[in-house]
Amino acid sequence: MPDVPSQYSEKVMEHFKNPRNVGEMENPDGVGRVGNPVCGDIMELYIKVKDGIIVDAKFKTFGCGAAIATSSMVTEMVKGKTIEEALKISNKAVAEALDGLPPVKMHCSILAEEALKSAIEDYLDNSKKRGRAAKR
Amino acid sequence: MKKVYLDNASTTPLLPEVREAMLPFLGEDFGNPSCLHDWGDTAREAMENARTEVAQLIGADAEEIIFTASGTESNNFAVKGLALAQQNEGKHVVVSAIEHFSVLHSAKTLEKWGFELSLVPVDRYGVIDPEDVRRSIRKDTVLVSIMHANNEVGTIEPIKEIAKVAKERGVVFHTDAVATAGTIPVDVRELGIDALSLAGNQFYGPKGVGALWVRKGVRILPFLDGGVQEGGRRAGTENIPAIVGLGKAAELARMHMKTRIEHLSRLRNRLLTELPNKIDHVVVTGHPQNRLPGHASFCVEFIEGEAMLMLLNSQGVAVTSGSACTSRALKASHVLIAMGLPHALAQGSLLFSFGLDNTSEDIDYVLEVLPPIVDRLRQMSPLYAKFTKTSKGGQ
Ligand code: FES
Repeated sequence: MPDVPSQYSEKVMEHFKNPRNVGEMENPDGVGRVGNPVCGDIMELYIKVKDGIIVDAKFKTFGCGAAIATSSMVTEMVKGKTIEEALKISNKAVAEALDGLPPVKMHCSILAEEALKSAIEDYLDNSKKRGRAAKR
Repeated sequence: MKKVYLDNASTTPLLPEVREAMLPFLGEDFGNPSCLHDWGDTAREAMENARTEVAQLIGADAEEIIFTASGTESNNFAVKGLALAQQNEGKHVVVSAIEHFSVLHSAKTLEKWGFELSLVPVDRYGVIDPEDVRRSIRKDTVLVSIMHANNEVGTIEPIKEIAKVAKERGVVFHTDAVATAGTIPVDVRELGIDALSLAGNQFYGPKGVGALWVRKGVRILPFLDGGVQEGGRRAGTENIPAIVGLGKAAELARMHMKTRIEHLSRLRNRLLTELPNKIDHVVVTGHPQNRLPGHASFCVEFIEGEAMLMLLNSQGVAVTSGSACTSRALKASHVLIAMGLPHALAQGSLLFSFGLDNTSEDIDYVLEVLPPIVDRLRQMSPLYAKFTKTSKGGQ
């Protein structure tokens, strides 16, 4: 059996063993739910936005060590960022922040990027709806 | 930290007696068994002793044993060599859906070479129905290859009955006995088979050595062309230290098989019953009774295997998983999928395989460290959250 654990950087292991921001969020402003087409794993990401700035983020992930570590890292990275800045966070940036991922695990970081994008889209949709509701 | 090795299905450790037996052949007894001088004689004699031991382990004749470099090589050799030797009679082979990749991929290679391939299904315990094998056999079938026991879920197949079906139809039958030879009784005549693969590192012998048994009179295409080693079927200077180790391991396995099985079954039975009591939503994979003595496999619902494996490793416990995330191909275990397990459940696969050194305390330790790991990962799992919400909502 391949020895995947030893291929992870210390930072990945650290985030995997002590993930930040685990859990669901009460009344989130945006929720992203994505599935990994490669291995079938699932990530959910919640964000809270105030005045165009992401003030909090949380996640739930069904997946491997890399998926959990990238979820943890991406939630750390988005906090305090504006929506525009957060949209620019790429899977590569998340992987780099974790001192890299084994090539076979890069797709797990794509899951993190997509979960974030989808949460932001959901937030933008919600605020459009709210805007329309307010005008009426 | 406590260290508990529960991955004997991947490889067993080398027994000290086996290492001792090998050492002279890594030192002064370095001769090439093909040579006609004292050095050659010493090596040849040791090799032939080993051949006799391996033959005795499986109830075969020594001259029917071909040494190879691994179980994988034995399987490649058998599947390709037996099919190709008969390709004038037909070009159809039958294997099961849960074979080891060394059989499955060899069969796929045959497909590329113009053969046709039928995959026999399994039931939810991973058992192959001999009648399904019968249905798969055609006029032009030249080979049936079905494993003796599955390495991932531990299920032991009804090989005697399957071999009978093949024999009735006059088809050559090979079994991959890598998981069973040296572990449980295997007698090739009693099973009524034509060819069998085994590997040394599955029963406390060295890595890098295996054997293929082919019944006298059954044709097989040579695997490596060259000199006349191994009856001209597998050329190349033999790996004498490893072969000697394999012979010693075979001898010890034959002598101590009964007590080993008792020891391993006791540990396995305990984990099979106690783990599902300790952790909710755990299913045993494979057959509940007809399974390898040291083999306890499970699927833990709502979480993924690699994450469990790594957290267990950080507590000193070594296991494996059939999760897609642990495979380089990122595909769920073909064995679990063939058994009809949903993909998400297969992701939670965990395999504990016991060895001679394991004790009941090792199980105590697993039962102590695993539940909090499962809890922790479930707290992170969106599938678990969904499950708890809907099951509460349903009440
Ligand atoms: S989530 Fe499956 S490999 Fe990472």
